[in-house]
Amino acid sequence: MIDEIRAVLKEHGRLSVDAATCGERNDLYAAGMTSQASVNVMLALERAFDIEFPDRMLKRSVFESIASIRDAVKELTANR
Amino acid sequence: MVQRVPAALGWHGAFLGVDVVSVADVAQACDRFGDHYLRRVFTPAEVAYCTAEGRAPAPHLAARFAAKEATFKALRGSAEDPLDWRSIEVLRRADGSCALRLHGEMSRLADRRGVVHLDVSLSHDGAYAIAVVLGARPIAASPSGVSFGILRRYKRPRKMQ
Repeated sequence: MIDEIRAVLKEHGRLSVDAATCGERNDLYAAGMTSQASVNVMLALERAFDIEFPDRMLKRSVFESIASIRDAVKELTANR
Repeated sequence: MVQRVPAALGWHGAFLGVDVVSVADVAQACDRFGDHYLRRVFTPAEVAYCTAEGRAPAPHLAARFAAKEATFKALRGSAEDPLDWRSIEVLRRADGSCALRLHGEMSRLADRRGVVHLDVSLSHDGAYAIAVVLGARPIAASPSGVSFGILRRYKRPRKMQ
């Protein structure tokens, strides 16, 4: 899961750091992810994991690190 | 004494937000995600306006995305406040100017901030679109109970003794 998240971030995150080696708890916004890029990341994650982020998860805190994204994706894929 | 003036005048009653968005980034999101992007970020009315025949969608969509982010900033949204972009809608007035309508959680956030009026201005030129949002809430009575008339007089330059 983490590798897929890193791949999405690499393609859509507009990060100034390498998504492949970025720390799991590093702040992605501080690493250059814009609001528009975070939307692209969300849409790409929905496509990659066949999920839809509910309104309650559309928070900056959900997309601010690889770890927080992983937690959200885990929650949305838990009952499959 | 001078430091008390801004608060007493109610300057804390205005909330300002600004955001700038790359038009190319929005165009790229449209290309990559198509309807998925439009559906998740914009209201049907916004999409209808921006994709109308003869109109280049990306600059108009970018300006609206900037307006949504600027509104969230003006309302002092935090990392824990949900931001459903569709809950902030840009409307067109008959005179061509834009207005904002809030829905759902964003409307509740505005209520919590005490914001009763929002105004927005959009612009785009070439690579970028920008939006500025001003929120206003009623000016609370100053702790000292000073009336506006007195405050206006207070603002006048005084002759030096």
